[in-house]
Amino acid sequence: MIETPEPDLREQAQRAGSLSMTGSVATRVLGVVAIAAVGVMALLALWISPADAVQGDAVRLMYVHVPSIWVAYGGFVLTAFASARVLWRTRSGVGGTYGVIADRQARRWDRVAGAAAELGVLFTALTLVTGSLWGKVTWGTYWQWDARLTTTVLLFVTYLGYLALRRLPAESRARARRSAVMALIAVVNLPIVHYSVDWWRTLHQEASLNLEPGGDRNITGEMYWTLLYSWATFTVVALWIGIHRYRVLRLEELAEEASLEELLAQRRDEQAAGR
Amino acid sequence: MWREIWLVCRKDMIIEWRARVTLVQIVPTVLLVLVVFAFALDANPSLLGAGAGGLFWVAVLFGAVLGAKRSFDIEAEGGNLDALRLGGLVPAAILWGKAAALALQLVLVGVFAAAGLLVLYSVTVHDWLLIVVAGLCGMAAFAICGTLYGAMTVGLRSADTLLPLLLIPVAAPVLLAGTRAFDVALGTSADQGWSWTALLAVVLVTYVAVGWAAAGPLLEDA
Repeated sequence: MIETPEPDLREQAQRAGSLSMTGSVATRVLGVVAIAAVGVMALLALWISPADAVQGDAVRLMYVHVPSIWVAYGGFVLTAFASARVLWRTRSGVGGTYGVIADRQARRWDRVAGAAAELGVLFTALTLVTGSLWGKVTWGTYWQWDARLTTTVLLFVTYLGYLALRRLPAESRARARRSAVMALIAVVNLPIVHYSVDWWRTLHQEASLNLEPGGDRNITGEMYWTLLYSWATFTVVALWIGIHRYRVLRLEELAEEASLEELLAQRRDEQAAGR
Repeated sequence: MWREIWLVCRKDMIIEWRARVTLVQIVPTVLLVLVVFAFALDANPSLLGAGAGGLFWVAVLFGAVLGAKRSFDIEAEGGNLDALRLGGLVPAAILWGKAAALALQLVLVGVFAAAGLLVLYSVTVHDWLLIVVAGLCGMAAFAICGTLYGAMTVGLRSADTLLPLLLIPVAAPVLLAGTRAFDVALGTSADQGWSWTALLAVVLVTYVAVGWAAAGPLLEDA
């Protein structure tokens, strides 16, 4: 492997566009697709999909509630995967000639972990809010001490703790490795949340879609396709937000590392160019 | 490696024997939690009996938070962690030695908490073997998790407030499975007690695997 020199911070900042931009042509296209997909999803969920025989119109909340938790699970799994990569890239003995590259890749994975965890927390919060609203309509109460609800709240708090740990001031390598360990422990809670409805007799219904071969579907017809479409839409939206968040984290790192003098010099250059 | 683990564990146990923090502070706190729960539940014997398994694990979890904090407080002062590493100990040996010492202390806490349940909540044990196996698996899992999080937060200014926030939710699988197993052993549930103990063992093995991978990164940066 040939060592490539680390570009200096100003060059990195210039390559990132500017210290206030996270957009690119690809993300703008993705953004337009995401917004259009949300529009179609609203049409499907609010008009085309029928009301449920038992739940009535409350079933429409499921088109937000179920995809939200799927995307949140995806975010947390990605966080764990990226964290494993961080630990691998920064393991003892990785240094010397390849140290700079390993460190740069570890930083990338650390940003992926951070952005994915934030998305996971955001979509878990959305799941809890929509679930609570659905519970008020269907069960007559906003909250039940049900296994699925309780484990989901614990998952939410676990990753809030993870984000709190990430925000503590520390040397970037130490912070990345510390956060990576926590992410690997936290992901153990994921199967417990998912299988809680099978392990305990709970108020919460079983999984809406059974993806195992020959498994029963608890949902069919327009509802089934609307739910699948909503999942695809939420994935695109999450991807869009995630890419922007990743870039924001990168710019935050650049801003942290760039010395005041370099920022002042950059500002002077910009002013001179504007004249 | 095993000898190094034993050295670190013995060091922590000697410090504990001299200071007696577990016996004089953590055990009374855990017993106090059991008493306070009885107040909160209006000392209703049937309610206390039904919730005894869960209350035991909540009380021990509080004990684990205190124990994990204490375990790394004694190292933070004077740069003892650096001294241990300069002494030639590998990070994994330090971490597992401290986890073993914390596990032993938690077993002590668990014995007192179990005695508290028998005396204060008047529970009857139907399956001692299940209690012992599930208890040991749970204590070991709390100890490993607590040690990892203790190492993660050592030296941080907000460690006192951050450690409970990080440790309590992530220890939820142990709390849930341990409670279910104890409910069966205490005769308040007809569930599959050994299945829950198997889940505890799976969580324990997962924590051990994460611990092996994390020991180096955590202690090198601590």
